[in-house]
Amino acid sequence: MKNLNIKSAITNLLAVSLLTVISISFTVVAADKLEINTVATLRDHTEIDTQKEPNRIYKVVNKDIKQGRNYPMQPPIIPHTIRGYEVNRNNNKCMSCHSRHRTEKSQAPMVSVTHYMDRDGNFLADVSPRRYFCNQCHVIQLDAEPLIENSFIDMNSLMKSKTVNTDQH
Amino acid sequence: MINRREFIKANAIAAAAAVAGVSVPSLASNLITSSDITKLKWDKAPCRFCGTGCSVNVGVMDGKVVATHGDIKSPVNKGLNCVKGYFLSKIMYGKDRLTQPLLRMTNGKYDKQGEFAPVSWDKAFDVMAEKAKATLNKSGPEAVGMFGSGQWTVQEGYAAVKLMKAGFRTNNIDPNARHCMASAVGGFMRTFGIDEPMGCYDDLEAADAFVLWGSNMAEMHPILWTRLTDRRLSAPHVKVAVLSTFEHRSFDLADNGMVFTPQTDLAILNFIANYIIQTDRVNKDFVNKHTNFRLGETDIGYGLRPEHPLEQVAKNNGKTAGSSTEIDFDTYAKFVSTYTAEYTAKLSGVPVHKLEALAELYADPKIKVTSFWTMGFNQHTRGVWANNLAYNIHLLTGKISTPGNSPFSLTGQPSACGTAREVGTFSHRLPADLVVTNPKHRATAEKIWNLPSGTVPAKPGYHAALQNRMLKDGKLNFYWVQCNNNMQAAANINEEAYPGYRNPENFIVVSDPYPTVTAQAADLILPTAMWVEKEGVYGNAERRTQSWYQMVEAPTGAKSDLWQLVEFSKRFKVEDVWPEELIAKKPDVRGKTLFDVLYKDASVGNFSLDEIPKDRLNHESRDFGFYIQKGLFEEYASFGRGHGHDLAPYDRYHQERGLRWPVVNGKETQWRFKEGSDPYVKPGSGWDFYGHKDGRAIIFALPYEPPAESPDDEYDLWLSTGRVLEHWHSGSMTQRVPELYKSMPDALVYMHPDDAKARNMRRGDLVKLISRRGEVQTRVETRGRNKPPIGLVYMPWFDASRLVNKVTLDATDPLSKQTDYKKCAIKIVKV
Repeated sequence: MKNLNIKSAITNLLAVSLLTVISISFTVVAADKLEINTVATLRDHTEIDTQKEPNRIYKVVNKDIKQGRNYPMQPPIIPHTIRGYEVNRNNNKCMSCHSRHRTEKSQAPMVSVTHYMDRDGNFLADVSPRRYFCNQCHVIQLDAEPLIENSFIDMNSLMKSKTVNTDQH
Repeated sequence: MINRREFIKANAIAAAAAVAGVSVPSLASNLITSSDITKLKWDKAPCRFCGTGCSVNVGVMDGKVVATHGDIKSPVNKGLNCVKGYFLSKIMYGKDRLTQPLLRMTNGKYDKQGEFAPVSWDKAFDVMAEKAKATLNKSGPEAVGMFGSGQWTVQEGYAAVKLMKAGFRTNNIDPNARHCMASAVGGFMRTFGIDEPMGCYDDLEAADAFVLWGSNMAEMHPILWTRLTDRRLSAPHVKVAVLSTFEHRSFDLADNGMVFTPQTDLAILNFIANYIIQTDRVNKDFVNKHTNFRLGETDIGYGLRPEHPLEQVAKNNGKTAGSSTEIDFDTYAKFVSTYTAEYTAKLSGVPVHKLEALAELYADPKIKVTSFWTMGFNQHTRGVWANNLAYNIHLLTGKISTPGNSPFSLTGQPSACGTAREVGTFSHRLPADLVVTNPKHRATAEKIWNLPSGTVPAKPGYHAALQNRMLKDGKLNFYWVQCNNNMQAAANINEEAYPGYRNPENFIVVSDPYPTVTAQAADLILPTAMWVEKEGVYGNAERRTQSWYQMVEAPTGAKSDLWQLVEFSKRFKVEDVWPEELIAKKPDVRGKTLFDVLYKDASVGNFSLDEIPKDRLNHESRDFGFYIQKGLFEEYASFGRGHGHDLAPYDRYHQERGLRWPVVNGKETQWRFKEGSDPYVKPGSGWDFYGHKDGRAIIFALPYEPPAESPDDEYDLWLSTGRVLEHWHSGSMTQRVPELYKSMPDALVYMHPDDAKARNMRRGDLVKLISRRGEVQTRVETRGRNKPPIGLVYMPWFDASRLVNKVTLDATDPLSKQTDYKKCAIKIVKV
């Protein structure tokens, strides 16, 4: 069963890369004859003096499944809804699960050790007030599909390709 | 979802499959440890986004940016970034990056009504030069114009000013910072005679009280907000007051949160001045030694088209709008005495006890108070007044230019200070606070530029709002837009910008890394290199100048704004653009190109390629044959050195995490105008506001005047627009980062639940916002981070698919020419 899953994963990967190849060659061909509206990539190819009907309000992704990070320093995305969470002068709801002394009970990830450091890098006994407002760095995700693909390459992919290349010599 | 044990099992099988398969890695581990493979090249750059000016460490591998994080060595952010800053790594990698010029064509020839098709850079510049020359020949330099940016590098802004003001001899160059900082500039010039804040971010750790005037720092200046939060929560005596026309995230930290009726901030400021006087807490010694009092002109109009009814009835909307007469303290005291707590409470809707608690923060001599403001004051038809009135209350109490005592005008864009203001890319300005209307200032510029007297025109050019009006009227015919997205950002695009860009008489060029709404409205689109794909300098809100090196190559075909400006200048002989009598004053320019005269043969060309470290990329310099970023910076810096705007030698900025000007004898300045901190202050004076000849700052008597448009029976709601934490301005970069897009995909209209109910609307309903100018559709949001009062709605402008600026009013401050995006009247109906 597990084997089958891996195989199908590989097949899927191959299919995706094939698709990429196809779409690249398509773009090259299409480049000679760009439609006027090809430029309106964030506007769903709509003229400026018109407007398409706005989509519904998307729902918050609330599955509690950790999302990978693009690089080690990226603040993790919040994988659950935070509706009604109070974070103000008197209260920080996020810390009721994510602070060091709550994680055993909550099984939520503990905030990073950097969050205990003050401006000068000294460790404090509790989370630093400079990290108090969680949502300055940590954001929820809605169930929207990105409008435009991003071709950012993970450093891991770059490194892996190098180890493979080294082996072939 | 599989659990942990299943995951481990699956991994073991995967490893076995890999062994049996093609690839057999020599590393017997799933961890790569070899240092020549894991090594990243790290370098510093200022963040691409807001005016805070955080320093960022950028990690590069194989020519790609693969990681970014807050720079631990930077005094601004000490290792922190906001969510946008943490995702800088991905802003250059949107799939739709432009890599070739696109020209509207039919049958292989330029056609305004044609469709975009790729052309070579050569062809693009051929068509551009032909259009520019045709315009110059037909209508002269006043029909040529440019719209630039507070996101240009200092060098790009300076190169553009030179090309437009000296090369093409037109002052029709303005930055998008006109939408953002012009009222702040006006306020500084009027009160102090010199631009930019006297204080610095160190005020954040020294103040006992903070007052946010309309500013939502929690979303728009997040890292300064973390410093403010740090101070408030670690020193319990500290108080935070927040004023806005609707409740937002910054209210979460407020000890005194106040929602006021739009425009009545003017009255609240005058009330505080009155309160200080009535409770006998004027710092008389300071006021007597360091200030003058003046009564400003009133009834100055709303910066609309002259035929607008409001301009027809305004008495003083002409050239005298900014004039004032000298008065004494008693006259001033009498002037503000009408702003009693009761009157102000009635006008503003803020209860008396809250107003008095606020005023006490300023009046109590023991409290060190820092005021912050940005767009709430600046995007205001009385924006310069609001800035003046804020300085009044700091000057009456002497709470200025000492640690923690700081009237602090925050900047929106990363180099609104550095590029737009200090370089002077405005239609009336020249570098280092000089202006085109002053013959001595023009002479200074012409001397530094080694150009004949009379090169720089004396008449101020078209400012941002006027440029769109003149495009529509067919008076501005060749127009180049760089580094901004004004078809999304300008107010009232329905009636002005859009018909202006599409006017058949005009040729519109838009340079951008991505296809924006503005690019969509253009005739020629130029693909542009961005951020660390080029070398540059930015200047942040606390006068900190920061540089960075080029770290990665731009996508093939994309060129920086600097390269585009300078390369384009090669297409013009001096004879193409200057009249014979001007050339006759300096015959050695005959036959030369603008590239020769403005850049290569000027002091810009003085620095050789050998000065660029060998391991550094520098596409522009290696193309032009000299270290152009250094040459532009050094020539520009010569305007301000010795005149209160001193910058360090260029190379030093590559070593430092920025320096706050004036940098005198190698030392930066934290608090200007204060003896012991600012080297320009006369010894023994204590404070010296040397921007004015007598060393005194001016306290202005200015009244409350109503806004240009208020809700009525038909258009029954206030509309305020603004930004959000997750996106930078129009979203052209951040909407292409999936994580940022998914966190805030669409601009919704934030409404009070009772307002929604009264219109039979619920959260999520499809609605139309309608003004006298246009309409936009979106969905209703009745909960979440913004809580507007009854009668006001808020809609952000980052969303390219929901253009709220079809609805807004292009009323401007008659003094600063900055548009008021915070108040106009609309109605909302269900679709």
